[in-house]
Amino acid sequence: MDMNQYLEVFIEESKEHLQACNEQLLELEKNPENIAIVNEIFRSAHTLKGMSATMGYEDLAKLTHQMENVLDAIRNHKIKFNPEILDVVFLAVDDLEAMVQSIAEGGDGKRDVSDAVGKLLLIEKGESPVLAEAKSEVAAAVAEPLHAAKSQYDEFEYTVLQQSKEQGFETFEITVALREDCLLKAARVFMIFEILEKIGEVIKSNPAVDQLEEEQFDHEFTVTIVSKEMKDDIQKKLMKVSEVDKVDVNPISLEELRQFEVEEAEITQTPEIETPAKEVEKNVDAPNKKEDKKTTSSAKQTSNKTIRVNIERLDILMNLFEELVIDRGRLEQISRDLNNQELHETVERMSRVTGDLQNIILNMRMVPVETVFNRFPRMVRQLARDLNKKINLEIIGAETELDRTVIDEIGDPLVHLIRNALDHGVETPEVRKANGKPEEGTVVLKAYHSGNHVFIEIEDDGAGISRDKVLAKALSKGIVTEQAAASMTDNQVYELILASGFSTAEKISDVSGRGVGLDVVKSTIESLGGTISIESRLGQGSIFSIQLPLTLSIISVMLTEIQNEKFAIPLSSIIETAIVNKAEILNAHNQRVIDFRGKVVPLLFLKDIFEVPVVTEDDEFYSVVIVRKGDKMAGLVVDSFIGQQEVVLKSLGNYLTNVFAISGATILGNGQVALIVDCNALIK
Amino acid sequence: MADTLAADIKLIVFQLKDKEYAIPVNHVQGIEKVEHITRVPRTEKFIKGVINLRGVITPIIDLRSRFGIEEENFTDSTRVIIVSVNDLEVGFIVDLANDVIDIPVASIEPPPEVVGVKEVEYINGVAKIGKRLLILIDLEMILDTESFSSSRSEG
Repeated sequence: MDMNQYLEVFIEESKEHLQACNEQLLELEKNPENIAIVNEIFRSAHTLKGMSATMGYEDLAKLTHQMENVLDAIRNHKIKFNPEILDVVFLAVDDLEAMVQSIAEGGDGKRDVSDAVGKLLLIEKGESPVLAEAKSEVAAAVAEPLHAAKSQYDEFEYTVLQQSKEQGFETFEITVALREDCLLKAARVFMIFEILEKIGEVIKSNPAVDQLEEEQFDHEFTVTIVSKEMKDDIQKKLMKVSEVDKVDVNPISLEELRQFEVEEAEITQTPEIETPAKEVEKNVDAPNKKEDKKTTSSAKQTSNKTIRVNIERLDILMNLFEELVIDRGRLEQISRDLNNQELHETVERMSRVTGDLQNIILNMRMVPVETVFNRFPRMVRQLARDLNKKINLEIIGAETELDRTVIDEIGDPLVHLIRNALDHGVETPEVRKANGKPEEGTVVLKAYHSGNHVFIEIEDDGAGISRDKVLAKALSKGIVTEQAAASMTDNQVYELILASGFSTAEKISDVSGRGVGLDVVKSTIESLGGTISIESRLGQGSIFSIQLPLTLSIISVMLTEIQNEKFAIPLSSIIETAIVNKAEILNAHNQRVIDFRGKVVPLLFLKDIFEVPVVTEDDEFYSVVIVRKGDKMAGLVVDSFIGQQEVVLKSLGNYLTNVFAISGATILGNGQVALIVDCNALIK
Repeated sequence: MADTLAADIKLIVFQLKDKEYAIPVNHVQGIEKVEHITRVPRTEKFIKGVINLRGVITPIIDLRSRFGIEEENFTDSTRVIIVSVNDLEVGFIVDLANDVIDIPVASIEPPPEVVGVKEVEYINGVAKIGKRLLILIDLEMILDTESFSSSRSEG
């Protein structure tokens, strides 16, 4: 069967599941007792197994299968969870990643997995495997759609269930309501299922068990079980679970139950009809396949809300939309000229609709920064091990959204900075202890929105940056002169470490510090229109703060007019606007300045700087836009303000590079081009 | 261009002042009427600015000015020829663009060596078709940003 069309989906989904495994494993390391996490990992591994077996990647399937066995044993308390197991599982996930990567790159996904498989087998054998299997059999019955392991028993089990019904087991429909303020709903669900598992067998649950465990339900769910217990006993037992508000146990008739069965059978059957090619595999472990299909189909229900779209298509959409905006501008113009009421209304309506459309298109390009952040916990864990340091990575604001183009570029610089923080920032546990700090260092990765920018901060509580060391190094490398060095502020000194050819670590390590990293970081961030600054306190830690534009393509500007030309000034640089009387302008050293809120602000006449042809005479009042770059301010003198506007930032193309004080252009509603002023170039 | 294998070469013919010039059609993206040009400050004199060409910001070069011919106001027949060479897309302002012709490659001769004519550096060759003399311009030379400095000192 031709699998190519599914390959892309397979790779994407595999990556997602592996990512989920990674995240959950790290979570598990922190809370080794939390079985819910093991369940999560198990589920990911299981889906992965099913998919890879279907796609014919034997090694991948073999390894996930073995991993699944171990996880299953853990969650059934057959194996005591310990860090060694975690390491082996991590190793297995590494192997899986390598294989998926190889498949993504067009390889066959083959890899020698015997090492990982062997280790996993050993772990599993640490306890009686027979017991583990027997136990999992019950587990499979409890939460059918997910627990598919060892389901060779499943079919057998299924008939047993039917027989047991005929043998006079009572069937109950149990509605459990959790308290409104219940915090760990998944945990409660688990406990309830554990009780149900003891008193009987679960046939069906609504919502599905995996949805329950993901807390995708309000406060109430319904479970159908068969049991020989009395109705009241069941209720009492369930009420013992804390945070349970109410339990309703209703016996239901066999007829109703049969209907359930029929439905259930249909669910399991349909996927098989769709994929007859799987018949062969199914002979080996038929029930397993069924389960697989069920998991994927239920997973699809939840993921139905998103689709993957190639970013190029979004770009095309965006370009087409921009043209539409321009035509809209023309239509507006025409409708004004013709002064036809009906045309007016239609055009106005269209304007509103296109406005909404614009928001949607822009938002479509926004991606949570999480997609970059989520690979860091794993990286930090590994690095900390390599460096023999104890490091806790905290991630704040992973849901912050950034334009896709920025997201694509920001990954590598962040990797550099985090490596840097781990290697040079955080000290070894011994040193930290000696300095009276907790042994475990903390690295905080934080993202947040502020105005038109996104800030990403990497903060460590390590040794901080030594001004003297940096200066000495910079001097010896000839990056600064002594005179310049003496007058530099601390922050300026810290920024020297971003200069090329700089490395303060006495010892070059594998992790970072060949002196090539940080200057690349700086140039990448600057190429994205962002800035990076460093704060540091010796002995207490450093903060690397990256400021990025929210999006590379849309910015808010203040449109201004200078004579007959229009210039856009990015709102992000503007402090405020003012109207200044000519008489208020002072002269200081050949520089016209104004006293603005107690500060002396130099005036820059854009008319002169941009050599604008003069057609009208000067007014008595100047319109001034106060802009800033860092701590410095300047007043840009324009003729008039047109207003604030969201515009699409466009480059001037390859031919016009390095135009002074112009960072790009935008197309206005009337189809004309307005240039965007680069305030940073104007303030020295 | 001269080494094109085909025996014929298709050219777009345009006028500057009283001379006829030509560029190979495969470099031409389109011919537009002159619309609002936004001046870009502090650039070369012959760069008239940028226009919005269907959503793409396109720089506009006045070929008269580029060749050192005195500039004139735009007329109804003034056109912008959009050309694209090695990733660069620019528009040329010309007096008139009115012809597409095929000429045999063999009819292209090397540029005459006349001293003191500025445009000579941008000429690839000349072609004589009947009474008409077509000047084939070297797009790469015209768009070569390196030559800015020299042209500025001369201009």
